[in-house]
Amino acid sequence: MARKSTTQRVVVSTIGAWFFGFLIFFPILWMVLASFKTELEAFAIPPSFLFFHWTTENYATVQERSDYLLHAMNSIIIAGGSTLIALVIAVPAAWSMAFSPTKRTKDILLWMLSTKMMPPVGVLVPIYLIYKAFGLLDSRIGLVFILCLGNLPIVIWMLFTYFKEIPRDILEAARMDGATIGRELIYVLTPMAIPGLASTLLLNLILAWNEAFWTLNLSTSNAAPLTTFIASYSSPEGLFWAKLSAASTLAIAPILVLGWFSQKQLVRGLTFGAVK
Amino acid sequence: MKHILGAVCGASVLLAVPAMAETTLTIATVNNGDMIRMQGLTSEFTKANPDISVKWVTLEENVLRQRVTTDIATKGGQFDVLTIGTYEVPIWAKKGWLLPLANLGADYDVADLLPKIKDAVSADGKLYAAPFYGESSMVMYRTDLFDKAGLKMPEKPTWDFVIDAAKKITDKNGGVYGICLRGKAGWGENMAFLSAMANSYGARWFDEKWEPQFNTPEWKTTLTTYVNLMKDAGPPGASSNGFNENLALFDAGKCGMWIDATVAASFVTNPKDSKVADKVGFALAPNTGLGKNANWLWAWNLAIPAGSKKTEAAEKFIAWATSKDYTKLVASKEGWANVPPGTRTSLYTNPEYLKAAPFAKMTLASIDAADPNKPTVKPVPYVGVQYAAIPEFQGIGTQVGQQFSAALAGSMTVDAALAAAQSATEREMKRAGYIK
Repeated sequence: MARKSTTQRVVVSTIGAWFFGFLIFFPILWMVLASFKTELEAFAIPPSFLFFHWTTENYATVQERSDYLLHAMNSIIIAGGSTLIALVIAVPAAWSMAFSPTKRTKDILLWMLSTKMMPPVGVLVPIYLIYKAFGLLDSRIGLVFILCLGNLPIVIWMLFTYFKEIPRDILEAARMDGATIGRELIYVLTPMAIPGLASTLLLNLILAWNEAFWTLNLSTSNAAPLTTFIASYSSPEGLFWAKLSAASTLAIAPILVLGWFSQKQLVRGLTFGAVK
Repeated sequence: MKHILGAVCGASVLLAVPAMAETTLTIATVNNGDMIRMQGLTSEFTKANPDISVKWVTLEENVLRQRVTTDIATKGGQFDVLTIGTYEVPIWAKKGWLLPLANLGADYDVADLLPKIKDAVSADGKLYAAPFYGESSMVMYRTDLFDKAGLKMPEKPTWDFVIDAAKKITDKNGGVYGICLRGKAGWGENMAFLSAMANSYGARWFDEKWEPQFNTPEWKTTLTTYVNLMKDAGPPGASSNGFNENLALFDAGKCGMWIDATVAASFVTNPKDSKVADKVGFALAPNTGLGKNANWLWAWNLAIPAGSKKTEAAEKFIAWATSKDYTKLVASKEGWANVPPGTRTSLYTNPEYLKAAPFAKMTLASIDAADPNKPTVKPVPYVGVQYAAIPEFQGIGTQVGQQFSAALAGSMTVDAALAAAQSATEREMKRAGYIK
């Protein structure tokens, strides 16, 4: 029996949804507001919400002190590159596990996930030494590689879940029509899996964009992405909150805009398979 | 087509320029006012040394510490100049991770460095880092609130006086708290203050045989006094307050006294940021008459890692950034009040500096009052006032800091916090082989 949708219920649920939405969004809003305050106002107790002396001074200081464009470009290359390479490796891997599973497939999947169970700091020194030996420290390619490896288990798991939802009959029909494996992957599977691929791509792009352990530890200046840019404004001794907020706002702006425009795919990706 | 050719030629010329014999120094530093100023003035250095270019890596101090430690321990060679604290210098020098600074130039005047600071950055009589700025801690207090309460701050106050004054000034309804002290857990946060305070009460981290001393009456008195004082006269939520939070409270006029880094003096007297800029007085950190004040000693220093291949240029930069001429350069661009303090004797005899910085005399007296080689009333086997310069201290200090922060928050008794600190320290010291 369908529930009655009264006006009152709609109003209450809308207000509730907006309230919780605002609550979740509030830290970001607060950060953006703080970026337009002076350092003293950013620290003021009690804090002022909207009625303060608005200034763009922090943005000017941040632009003057740091090379935002270099950091942003590094972030785009590192996050984009690592996600694309991860997809190229993960699509055939997930495809084979979804459509030609063996009795060890589940173990392999679990093994892949288990690589995420150890905190990265546990392998920092060995990785650092390997990177030093191969001249990969402070290089974009080095960061692309490590973030790709780090996200690969999640990409494969996500794609595996999507591919499992695709009826095998369609693939068999394609094979009956004489499609090769390559053609089957490109012309049959990929179009059907585009929503899943898109959400995997977006989610991994966001994860790689925000990754702050490896990017901070393996880069110095040439390959330093926006995470390093933010970290350079944090300080335990000195008032830097407003500048830090301005740097953070600049750092999250590109990914926030991307997330905003692709929220439909993101939500679909995150809830895929939740309701059958 | 012409345009494309032109662009390609232009690009190749641009690309070819850095290929000329130019040394690029990568300098790792912390994010604070003096370092940022140094970055801004780098062009003056490169102008005088056109064959050297400089790249900065600025990070928050704890992130920087981890980043730089990884690089130096693996001889990664990513940095040519490091900004490190007095805690790291003796440990890293002993491990052979730093190069001694032997060629700072004839006019560098090593003898002008403040003796206590120079000691802190030397090992086996060699200078392993050049101090960029030095600090101790002192009492900053509100002269108007003291006048109102009929109190007069002595130059060398005792803890009894400070506690009494803090209670008298406190007006919780009016949002004024007698004293603001660090409470946030961390070896460089609450433990910097509490270790220095403990020194003044005759306590010490370890005895001569490296046995932890948290089970002694001196530590119990220290922690009980601190917790009670903060309960009676401290701001709410003090267990999460560090330097920045207390600075904001003091600037907003909410603290009667604040005992913290001497560098804070230039912030709280700056009318641009502080509401109480013209009402601040300074005094030495309190004592209990045992011969030690509750003040620490710290300096941020520039050093060359053993993995660097550009030592000559690196040493040139260090000599420039820590020279007397650099001080004059900052003074000419930003005023005497903004020069990096606490490293050179000559600065404290400079009438222009003394006029611009009302806190200069007390800063120097505080630095002089701290002795990293004899930090406590009873003898100790370690060097360092608010820390013990052993590699294990960071971990131990932070664990103990968490227990003491919990005691301040009221989620643990003082006795329980001390017992937990004692057992955690004993465990770590046994594991590291200092004790059996």
